[in-house]
Amino acid sequence: MDALVPELEVEASVPTQRRSTWHRVRKNLGVRIGGIVLLLLAIVSILAPWLGTVDPTLLDPTNRDLLPGASGEIMQLTGESLPHTFWMGTDSYGRDIYSRVLYGGRISLVVGITVAALSLAIGLVIGLAAGYVRWLDSVVMRIMDGMMAIPGILLAIALVSLWHASLLTVIVAITIPDIPRVTRLVRSLVLSIREEPYVEAAVSVGTPTFKLLYRHVLPNTLAPLIVQGTYLCALAILVEAGLSFLGVGLPADVPTWGNIMAEGRLQFNQYPHNVFFPGIFLALTVLAVNMLGDGLRDTLDPRFNKRGDRPA
Amino acid sequence: MTAMVLSLEGLSVELPDGADRRYAVSQVSLQVPRGEVVCLLGESGSGKSMIAQTVMGLLASNIRASAGRILLNGEELLSATPERLRQLRGTTMAMIFQEPMTALNPVMTCGAQIDELLVQHTQMTVPERKARILQMLGRVQLPDPARLYSAYPHQLSGGQRQRIMIAMALILKPMLLIADEPTTALDVTTQAEILQLIRELQRESGTAVLFITHDFGVVSEIADRVAVLRLGELVEAGPARQLLTDPQHAYTRMLLRSVPSLTPRKQPVDESSGLVLRTRGLTKVFESSGWFRKGRRVNAADQVNLEVRRGETLGIVGESGSGKSTVARMIAHLITPTSGDIELDGKIVGRLSGKGALAFRRKVQVVFQDPYRSLNPRRSVGAAVAEGPLNFGASRQDAWQRAAELMGLVKLSKTALDRYPHEFSGGQRQRICIARALACEPEVLIADEAVSALDVSVQAQVLELLEDIQQRLQLTMVFITHDLRVAAQICNRIVVMQRGRIVEQGPVAQVFQAPKDEYTRALLAAAPGRGFAFGGKN
Repeated sequence: MDALVPELEVEASVPTQRRSTWHRVRKNLGVRIGGIVLLLLAIVSILAPWLGTVDPTLLDPTNRDLLPGASGEIMQLTGESLPHTFWMGTDSYGRDIYSRVLYGGRISLVVGITVAALSLAIGLVIGLAAGYVRWLDSVVMRIMDGMMAIPGILLAIALVSLWHASLLTVIVAITIPDIPRVTRLVRSLVLSIREEPYVEAAVSVGTPTFKLLYRHVLPNTLAPLIVQGTYLCALAILVEAGLSFLGVGLPADVPTWGNIMAEGRLQFNQYPHNVFFPGIFLALTVLAVNMLGDGLRDTLDPRFNKRGDRPA
Repeated sequence: MTAMVLSLEGLSVELPDGADRRYAVSQVSLQVPRGEVVCLLGESGSGKSMIAQTVMGLLASNIRASAGRILLNGEELLSATPERLRQLRGTTMAMIFQEPMTALNPVMTCGAQIDELLVQHTQMTVPERKARILQMLGRVQLPDPARLYSAYPHQLSGGQRQRIMIAMALILKPMLLIADEPTTALDVTTQAEILQLIRELQRESGTAVLFITHDFGVVSEIADRVAVLRLGELVEAGPARQLLTDPQHAYTRMLLRSVPSLTPRKQPVDESSGLVLRTRGLTKVFESSGWFRKGRRVNAADQVNLEVRRGETLGIVGESGSGKSTVARMIAHLITPTSGDIELDGKIVGRLSGKGALAFRRKVQVVFQDPYRSLNPRRSVGAAVAEGPLNFGASRQDAWQRAAELMGLVKLSKTALDRYPHEFSGGQRQRICIARALACEPEVLIADEAVSALDVSVQAQVLELLEDIQQRLQLTMVFITHDLRVAAQICNRIVVMQRGRIVEQGPVAQVFQAPKDEYTRALLAAAPGRGFAFGGKN
């Protein structure tokens, strides 16, 4: 051919898509800030026992309603007293709020991550099936419509009264209403991806259905799903706090941010710190998760990509 | 000397950081005189649309003109305020686009959209405006202007929509009309009508036209002058006839040489070679029904009988909606026929499942139209090419070995296997798709508009490659295309389809030189640049 068309000799020099996507994700401000804040929160709640905390359920009637920063002694269950600074004060039972908030972070993060992972996994399987198998679609989606009609709080109350209040009950109660949301998203993604010529091309080279879904359809749904997962995580953390606050979540003696706030609510006028500190942590966590989600959406989800970002 | 309506002086348009080149348009000087059609010709990425957008002031916010001047009727545009540009758009310069469906607002009637323009720029009263619009709709030769005035864009055909766009562009009698690939999305017969319309209106009103296209056929139909762009630089400019018959620059010559000739090249294959593929009464009916409305039936393919001999290339040509792709997809078993049989090697292929399906798929492979969407963006080239053999039971090592050999066959390097599709150009991707199809060692290769999305020079290469491979591997090909030039070059026999039916079939020379059916004659007559020997070929 003519030397003016050096097409055959041209070798691409663009870095692979994986690397460049990962690069863009890391450079995104929202991902950075949200990720760092979340990482700090996770470290703090995992390392809670070593961060100057005491048993978060420890009652000490001599230390009731202390203001933040007060110093004193706290009596352990063994009977010995230790000097302790109550950085966030104590509640009306004399429990150390700093310790309760740090331990409460464990519950919130576990609930957030578990609910997001569970609803994504279940919703993904149902959504793939509904989107790819035509006759399943209308059946599954009507069931999902039905599930979406159940108010989440009522479901939680029903489950708690059926079983008993536990972490598992709360996680199940929050996951169930989330499943239809994920299913709808996955189904709509699958419906558009299955029309892509590369799926048709895979069919024509004899790819069996399961492989087709696993290799060609699934990987192309992941980016929007990860983004959706972060929002579900933030929502689950909020809902768990709400359920605890309403008294239908975890038992009142378990330190969760919602429980701490529920107990502090009665004395909010005199001792606002009971509500303030768990509230700040809750808000910060949700904000960080949402920032992470927005950052991921901007970088991963091509529909929101700015013009020219996509390699063409 | 006629007055220049538009003149570009050393125009450069700078791209944002991280683009594949610094300037989208580099030092381009160009003049559009009153009453002439200047064609801006170039392949994709040549910057031709960028020039149009710069003139109209429609550049994306991160792209800017960095040097040069644009003079519209003597007025500098690059330094004009957005308010001034708004005044000029519609009144002094107007633009029509490639895709009339997306350029029109789907929730407004056609009349209301044109009316908006008159409200913005004139003091006319309501009845005056309506009368003016109806008159304009008549001028663009739309039937029943009163009905179309209150019709929504989706109720019109592609050609009618483009006429509405033209009416909208010309209603305020602009001095300059910019047409950005206005006929690329249209069928050839519609394209011929629209080109003629633009030409007529332009002659009547003396409008200057900057016509952007990649199609030499279109250029030869409409252009007074031609400017050839390549990677943002002006390669050559001159009067159309001179440039098309005696191009000075090597690039222009190469482009012209790449334009396939309309003269058929091949003889039908020997009767003695056996039938590989045969369809009998192949029919596909698409039905849509709802609870509250009457069902709609579309006969996408109706009683299609085809015969393909070993080693031959059968072309299926037709316009959009003719059912050619439906037939191809039925043969490839990507959709199930409503009725009729497909015979491969003398055996009827029924409803396929399990092992039978796999064996059949292996023998019939497809190359799809859009090289950008027919490769999974998240799988490496090697994984794509090796997928077929792996599905058919080859070992991983054999499959990759075969993939590496095929890279040589389609003239890509072996290192391509480890890379991802987005790293390749359209032509390279189409080579990868061909390699993927060949990896299964098919008997029949179906090319569904396989070169339609490619630039003309790349198209020539891919066609050459396909022919070369066909001869080496003794492949049988079914070649679906809307482009008669391509069909003339690659096919032995040809089938013309219209609205799901075969209207004519025969050896390519016979169909092209002595068409029997009226529709075939219309198609041939509409082919742009017919009878024009590009670059001295034929």
